[in-house]
Amino acid sequence: MTKVKIYVTLRESVLDPQGSAVQGSLAKMGYNEVSDVRIGKYLEVTIGETTCSIDDLVKEMCEKLLANTVIEDYRFEVEEEN
Amino acid sequence: MKFAVLVFPGSNCDIDMYHAIKDELGEEVEYVWHTATDLSKFDGILVPGGFSYGDYLRCGAMASQSNVMAEVKKAAAEGKPVLGVCNGFQILTEAGLLPGALLRNKNLKFMCRTVQLKVENNSTLFTNQYEQGQIINIPIAHGEGNYFCDEETLAKLKENNQIVFTYSGENPNGSLEDIAGIINERGNVLGMMPHPERAANDLLGSSDGLALFKSIVKQWRESHVSN
Repeated sequence: MTKVKIYVTLRESVLDPQGSAVQGSLAKMGYNEVSDVRIGKYLEVTIGETTCSIDDLVKEMCEKLLANTVIEDYRFEVEEEN
Repeated sequence: MKFAVLVFPGSNCDIDMYHAIKDELGEEVEYVWHTATDLSKFDGILVPGGFSYGDYLRCGAMASQSNVMAEVKKAAAEGKPVLGVCNGFQILTEAGLLPGALLRNKNLKFMCRTVQLKVENNSTLFTNQYEQGQIINIPIAHGEGNYFCDEETLAKLKENNQIVFTYSGENPNGSLEDIAGIINERGNVLGMMPHPERAANDLLGSSDGLALFKSIVKQWRESHVSN
């Protein structure tokens, strides 16, 4: 089994009103040093036996479904598991 | 003219759409479940609003991968009219049938009210029954209708006259250039956040949406019926 940790984040050019709202709340709580908050998604995908390259497989899944590359970037880490 | 109203798990404007076509427009219409693998008998495809797959992951993302969407792509390639409203618009962008994406409303609120739209292009098969620049009253109901695309795409949309509707006056969601609805380059796939099917009878507050459906039928008759 292989565990893949996938991070999907909004592209820098895309406004994140949710992140801005959270930053506003943090500022109200006194955390004035926070200059920006961006909210993204974290996915854990467990992959069973496969002859495909895990990297290629995950990339394909991200491009097709897990991320919308018009507005999002993604990166992932592959962890071997037994 | 025979319309298909697609139904996904979580669609909730399918009945409104069906009603608008059958009772207000007086054309044939059928519900089509998302597992369908053949749309060839239909002349027009309507992708209704709602919350397909609970809006999980991203609005419209999972619906865009369903069986029926492969058929919608085929229908679009054949030049058949395809209309996506609200979640339907989100599905069409996720499926790559329309450029750009719909982001969370700028004010983070679900906006549910009647807004004024400006008809920016009345020479499409969806808008030929409107006047150029006409202001129409159509309801919106969405939390993620903030249209976004990169500058290059925006320039292309403008160049090809693909921006069909804009919000007139107040922009309810922060969309780029006040965009409310866009069409594909070929001119047969329209996506819009406002709900014309909910404005198909004066009893519902406005009948301004009916002309959109009448436009589709008019164009279809002109190209398919000869005496």
